[in-house]
Amino acid sequence: MREQDLSEDLQKQVQQAAATGTALRIVGSDSKAFYGGACQATTPLPMAGHRGIIDYEPSELVITARSGTSLNNITSLLAQHRQMLAFEPPGFGEYATLGGTLACGFSGSRRPFVGSARDFMLGCKIINGGGEVLNFGGRVMKNVAGFDVSRLMVGALGSLGVLLEVSLRVLPIPKSELTLAYTLSAGEAVTKMNALSVRPWPLSASAYDGEQLRVRLSGAQAAVQAAARQLGGDTDVQGECFWQDLREQRLTYFQQPGNLWRISVAPASASLSLSGDWFLDWGGALRWLKTEEPAEAIHAATAKVGGYAVCFRGNNKTDWIRLDPALMALQQKIRAAFDPLKLFNPGRLHR
Amino acid sequence: MILSDHFIQQCQALVGVNSVIADQARLRVYECDALSAYRHLPALVVLPETVEQVQAVLRLCSTHQIPVVARGAGTGLAGGALPVERGIVLGLSKMNRILAIDPVNRTATLQPGVRNLAISEAAKAHGLYYAPDPSSQIACSIGGNIAENAGGVHCLKYGLTVHNVHQVKLVTIDGELLTLGGSGLDMPGYDLLALAIGSEGLLGIVVEVTVRLLPLQPQTQVLLAAFASVEQAGAAVAAIIADGLLPAGLELMDNAAIRATEAFVNAGYPINAAAILLCELDGMPEQVTADSARAESILQGNGAIEIRKASDDNQRKRFWAGRKAAFPAVGRIASDYYCMDGTIPRKHLAAVLKQITELADQYQLGVVNVFHAGDGNLHPLILYDANRPDDFAKAETMGGKILELCVAMGGTITGEHGVGTEKIGQMCVQFQAAELQQFHRLKHAFDPRGLLNPGKAIPTLHRCAELGHMHVHHGQLPHPELERF
Ligand SMILES: Cc1cc2nc3c(=O)[nH]c(=O)nc-3n(C[C@H](O)[C@H](O)[C@H](O)COP(=O)(O)OP(=O)(O)OC[C@H]3O[C@@H](n4cnc5c(N)ncnc54)[C@H](O)[C@@H]3O)c2cc1C
Repeated sequence: MREQDLSEDLQKQVQQAAATGTALRIVGSDSKAFYGGACQATTPLPMAGHRGIIDYEPSELVITARSGTSLNNITSLLAQHRQMLAFEPPGFGEYATLGGTLACGFSGSRRPFVGSARDFMLGCKIINGGGEVLNFGGRVMKNVAGFDVSRLMVGALGSLGVLLEVSLRVLPIPKSELTLAYTLSAGEAVTKMNALSVRPWPLSASAYDGEQLRVRLSGAQAAVQAAARQLGGDTDVQGECFWQDLREQRLTYFQQPGNLWRISVAPASASLSLSGDWFLDWGGALRWLKTEEPAEAIHAATAKVGGYAVCFRGNNKTDWIRLDPALMALQQKIRAAFDPLKLFNPGRLHR
Repeated sequence: MILSDHFIQQCQALVGVNSVIADQARLRVYECDALSAYRHLPALVVLPETVEQVQAVLRLCSTHQIPVVARGAGTGLAGGALPVERGIVLGLSKMNRILAIDPVNRTATLQPGVRNLAISEAAKAHGLYYAPDPSSQIACSIGGNIAENAGGVHCLKYGLTVHNVHQVKLVTIDGELLTLGGSGLDMPGYDLLALAIGSEGLLGIVVEVTVRLLPLQPQTQVLLAAFASVEQAGAAVAAIIADGLLPAGLELMDNAAIRATEAFVNAGYPINAAAILLCELDGMPEQVTADSARAESILQGNGAIEIRKASDDNQRKRFWAGRKAAFPAVGRIASDYYCMDGTIPRKHLAAVLKQITELADQYQLGVVNVFHAGDGNLHPLILYDANRPDDFAKAETMGGKILELCVAMGGTITGEHGVGTEKIGQMCVQFQAAELQQFHRLKHAFDPRGLLNPGKAIPTLHRCAELGHMHVHHGQLPHPELERF
């Protein structure tokens, strides 16, 4: 698709929406429409035409692109220079856009070892609910001028503003990677994942699918080989496919119908007393649960260990997240500070 | 007395008589942070010892509309903890306990006054450490680090404060206790944890922090490379990054810095070099061997006239000793120095350093450069003499020019020290009116009456207009219909 800058058009559309009080549904490619609360707006604000790489110099470790640029375009350009989006964002489809990726803020298996989507966010250009185009952050590694609005946009599901451009930090692709596999019980797997993380092994992922613990090592070939020798276990020659399928949720576990919960807890937490099928990622800090347990029970069990549950896929669109009332009230005020007329994606994250 | 006796007595009732300072002599200690050119005697200092006391004091201040300036260790370099008119200083230094170290989940839970270095010292027994290491780490507090999103020598590889914190407990001006983040790696809703980090005491008071601990690396190697020109050293930095190496630290010192530190600690630096690079690589021994070989050949290929490799731990420490002592070393060659903190895209390093030299000539002040080259984070130290009437004003003007140069190069006015009082004027250069207003609306969501650290970090549009940085059309500011906070 053609590169084009639709900033002015988009700004006009938002200004018009503000003038008429029409709520907008910001649409990348709709690949992640399943996620979050139900959007009450019907008028679409399509972003996919607003595309193109604006600036990329490998030696700066920074890429700046328009938000409608496809994730695939970005990852393949980076790969030509042996660089990557190190937070391994899922595309969930071929057409996922950069804007949708950051608005959702999902990160893949490398996250506990290198950082999350928001960690790599350096700066952005947005349209706020007043129809103003604003710039925050920048294209440099370190920047503490003003509040960190760029990172606030990550995971906000578009409810604070329309992302126009984004600058992300990128990292070199490791010279070599290798996956080890161990057949273990769930309890043993959690213990092993945490025991490994306490030591300086060159880890870049560890996940447990209910039968096998897989551990990915990354770095110079000699280091990866040395670590593999010392750690033992079987080499999984299909390892790379496994991590890709996990990221894109193509594994059988994710293909079955029903409610899928995403639970974020301390990595060594004991297993929660909730019935259902578990899948562990992020060295134990991210736990997927397929269950018919009521939302109430899931939120309560997770809160008890200081964590959070989100209904990732399924029919629960009302109680899909839960925040304490004071935090919720503050979030509403923050929303009002950016989008007082509640134009953007009402219902998606907050009402 | 600026504050009423009644208010002071209420503070005393909340935290105890010994934790309230109202006499001139003891108030002096709190009149400035490490940017001592800016001073203001506080009206009152309150030193709470518990979260409940912080909540109660904030409620009291909220009721009486008394401004509150948080203070950690006072090592800030931007006048962030500078007291304000009619306000109290809320010192967090008594809340200095390490609440828990969890070696299995690799976290430390801390009161805000815990010193940065104390975290790594406590974690060491478990083979763990806290990565962000500002040069002030023996003194600065974790609460201050959160407020400034502090960085350090190793943030190229290990990230800034924001990348190393799981949870912050924040008390709002209304005395409400909020938990931002959680035991896991994220929480749903807006990322208020990221927003709180770097918010310079404007959004709330940090009363508890849970940080991520990392395993200590088994091996560390340091290369010291000397260059005949700063341009070559700058090009070598870009080449190392472009090659796919991610050094734990990549620091540059110019000739003035080399000479100053050599005279002070005798680290054995080549004093005739125009610049040196210190390149630290860490990891498994096999990784370090592979990476140092690559780094060495890149340095050589970029014209290094000499490359030294630390042969053991002692030599490695000696290589670093000079870099670590750079600030005090400069303190010996000049009666005063003014430390800047701009960040630029790495590709402009050489050009910007050249223009800084030209500015120094123009203002007839000395300048020393020692900085985080890998991140493009400059720290020009402008030398001046506070006893000469116009010297600081000159240094300030020149510093402002350097920051504006950073913005013009696509960079920022502050990489890690924060805006505070000092860079308020340059904020008007970095941001447009609409952006500043968005910041104010965000602040308003937390603190509608503007009682937390007022006047810092985000300038009012009127202030920008006064400083001549904002376009005022026919005597009107942009968007006159909007409320000014
Ligand atoms: C020699 C020297 C070297 C330095 N090197 C570095 C470096 O390498 N990297 C770097 O990033 N910085 C560096 N600094 C700057 C400084 O040490 C950091 O900004 C540090 O984070 C400040 O911590 P502090 O506890 O001293 O905070 P203070 O100076 O007391 O306060 C700083 C700001 O934080 C706010 N604050 C403090 N505590 C709280 C709290 N609990 N809740 C809310 N707000 C709070 C204050 O209101 C103020 O705005 C250096 C300073 C010196 C003097």
